[in-house]
Amino acid sequence: MKQRPLRKLMLATSLVFATSSAMAFEPERTAECIAPANPGGGWDFTCRSVGKVLTDLGYIEGNVQTVNMPGAGGGVAFAHTLSKREGDSALMVAASTATTTRLAQGQFRGMTAEQVKWAAALGADYGVIAVAQDSPYKTLNELMDAIKADPLSVKFGGGSALGGWDHLKVLIAAKAAGVTELPKIKYLAYNGGAEAITQVVGGHIQGFTGDVSEVLGFVESGDLRVLAVLAEERLPGELGGMPTAVEQGIDAVAPNWRGFYLPAGIPDDAYEWWTQTYDKLYASNEWKQVMQQNGLMPFHKSGAEFEAFVQQQVKDIRELSIEIGLIK
Amino acid sequence: METLNFLLQGFAVALTPEHLMFAAIGAILGTLIGALPGLGPANGVAILIPLAFSLGLSPAASLIMLTSVYAGAMYGGRISSILLNIPGDEPAMMTTLDGYPMAMKGKAAEALAISAIASFIGSLLATIGLIILAPILARFALHFGAAEYFALFALAFATLGGITGKNQVKTIVAACLGLMIATVGVDISTGNQRYTFDILELYEGVDFIIAIVGLFAVSELLFFIEKHVGEGLAAAKLNKLNLKMSDILHVIPTSLRGSVLGFISGVLPGAGASLGSFVSYTLEKRVVGSKGQFGEGDPRGVAAPEAGNNAAANGALVPMLTLGVPGSGTTAVLLAMLISLNIQPGPMLFTQNAELVWGVIAALLVGNLMLLALNIPMIGLFVKLLSIPPKYLMPVVTLVAAVGIYSISNSALDLYFMVGFGLAGYVLRKLEVPLVPVILGMLLGPEMELNLRHALAISDGDWTALFSSGLSLTIWSLAFLGLALPYIVGPILRRRMENARARLEVPEEGD
Repeated sequence: MKQRPLRKLMLATSLVFATSSAMAFEPERTAECIAPANPGGGWDFTCRSVGKVLTDLGYIEGNVQTVNMPGAGGGVAFAHTLSKREGDSALMVAASTATTTRLAQGQFRGMTAEQVKWAAALGADYGVIAVAQDSPYKTLNELMDAIKADPLSVKFGGGSALGGWDHLKVLIAAKAAGVTELPKIKYLAYNGGAEAITQVVGGHIQGFTGDVSEVLGFVESGDLRVLAVLAEERLPGELGGMPTAVEQGIDAVAPNWRGFYLPAGIPDDAYEWWTQTYDKLYASNEWKQVMQQNGLMPFHKSGAEFEAFVQQQVKDIRELSIEIGLIK
Repeated sequence: METLNFLLQGFAVALTPEHLMFAAIGAILGTLIGALPGLGPANGVAILIPLAFSLGLSPAASLIMLTSVYAGAMYGGRISSILLNIPGDEPAMMTTLDGYPMAMKGKAAEALAISAIASFIGSLLATIGLIILAPILARFALHFGAAEYFALFALAFATLGGITGKNQVKTIVAACLGLMIATVGVDISTGNQRYTFDILELYEGVDFIIAIVGLFAVSELLFFIEKHVGEGLAAAKLNKLNLKMSDILHVIPTSLRGSVLGFISGVLPGAGASLGSFVSYTLEKRVVGSKGQFGEGDPRGVAAPEAGNNAAANGALVPMLTLGVPGSGTTAVLLAMLISLNIQPGPMLFTQNAELVWGVIAALLVGNLMLLALNIPMIGLFVKLLSIPPKYLMPVVTLVAAVGIYSISNSALDLYFMVGFGLAGYVLRKLEVPLVPVILGMLLGPEMELNLRHALAISDGDWTALFSSGLSLTIWSLAFLGLALPYIVGPILRRRMENARARLEVPEEGD
């Protein structure tokens, strides 16, 4: 009887050696995905759709459970990941440009982008600047010239709060176009893109700033004219009709990416496994279908490249926010 | 034609087996809630919202279930009015006038059947009215700029107390409480935190679903504990139904008149279902004149208010869906539900979420048929359910509410808030401060503030912009009327309603 504990120990150690030599990292049977918002929003969609493809393709044997954790625009989930989930390699948290914007502006008090591991972006919705069909402005340059002449002449509306990503898109474009009085540009915050679009179509305000997915229906119906897509090149397929800012000589790119971060303190091989899995998922036909059905456009970065991208985005947003006097 | 197409698409949504099931569940629960005295439609919907969340229902399924609850509660309110002379909810008050005398004469089953048919006609006509009117109002959307919206919200607040409201000051206090709670969280016009005290959970403000469940459902439980009502209602007797076709035909003109009046008072903000049933009843009395036996068990006296209050209930959906301005307490709760589902009610709803809206409208039509079917053959079952002791019912209600609230965001803080709101609701109800304005303040306050700021930003700080368009001036004058009317017409209407009620209570005392 006395030998038993010893034998157990030996068995255990041999097992540990066996697994660590044969396979670097064994993913958990089930995983959890935190959507830092209520059901129905973008983060919720990111979790559920990625979770489904992960299980459909067999990368996760069991299921990926989506947990909604709304609050503080993702701040509650970020704090939860930092304080309670360190080293949990079966957890991923949905994130987007909204997350980096808030991190850059110090809205998650005492928390920074370096405190988690950024895993991958799996698609993006690109920024657009649009006007009503009957607007006198036909190109982005005409619009920017009007702003240069009188910043109050064009009022923009968008679906994010003041200083949020929709607001920043206008500023990114204006800055690239050489507008100097950035703080004077008027931005009205609405409760959603659609609400802002109605106001533009109704002629109450002049410019709309938002994402491509928000304007599609209104472009089709002929109510809205897109002056510029803030992407590096023209979008694929039918969306190719919309001009980019870059081709009009205004070097403004503003992707609203969708992706994930992982808790700090997870083993390197776990991080490796996740980034590689995201790469494979991005390349899969199943994911391409999800992207197409939901208006997501190609945008993929993972691992170290994504880390660097996020840090750079945070830095850029911080500089811009300081410039318009939003933060000190 | 376009409307008809949309409606057909709506039926495609409403007639899926899943949605039919939720419509049926909603109709049954709603009838039950309406029948139980005290649990009005607003409470009923408030209690069931967390259920929709915890079941993880899709927006369409949640809305179909909750609108069925709403419609069901309007049907259910009449059951206890007729059988026990206790209105199940406020709008059903007028039904007691002739319903209870009918029951006393041993015609309870006939009264219930006639009122079910009248309710059906009322709901049906009002739903058709909704189908015709809503798209027209929605097309009006583009004319609404920030200034017009601001005026519209002012109108909503001005008519809050309702034309028959008793204490305007308490209504204003309640609305202010709501407005104050609404200021907590990020101010999206400046990006600043207000009253969040660095607590992350408060950054997005106080969730009004939690407030609603606390204020309505939890306070209901506290009232129950206080009253120690252990027993169910006295078992009501039901005779065998003996209804002839001629009896039904006899009340059809009455129901039609009641429906039209009810619908109009439902569409007007501030009027609501109580006024709908009252106006229908008194008008019917005028029309019939001395030939009727109103107050002594005239079937037309049952049909008129029931057609009226059901029509008003559906009519109240028109301003809620098209303008985002609720016409009654229950629609305010439904509005909160919509916003929580990331659906912004208002002019854009009909273009942005056409499938959903028309699905709900089609579900209302389907639900009505279901309710009619439920309420004639199965009425005996509801009468039995009425005698379930609340001591079993209330804990279940509270449990459902708590589980639902927790499942929204998995946060224990929300539960504390729910209990806090429950206590506040209890105190407010003791002080006779109405609760619906609190919710409306929370719902509409941020919108009103945002639109004021937008209006001023657009006009570069010129306040006269608020009164510059014809549309905004029209809305402002309506708002002014809404404020003034209760002082002019209110006392008269109220006296009449009380008189009508008092006349009934005389024979009751004689018993």
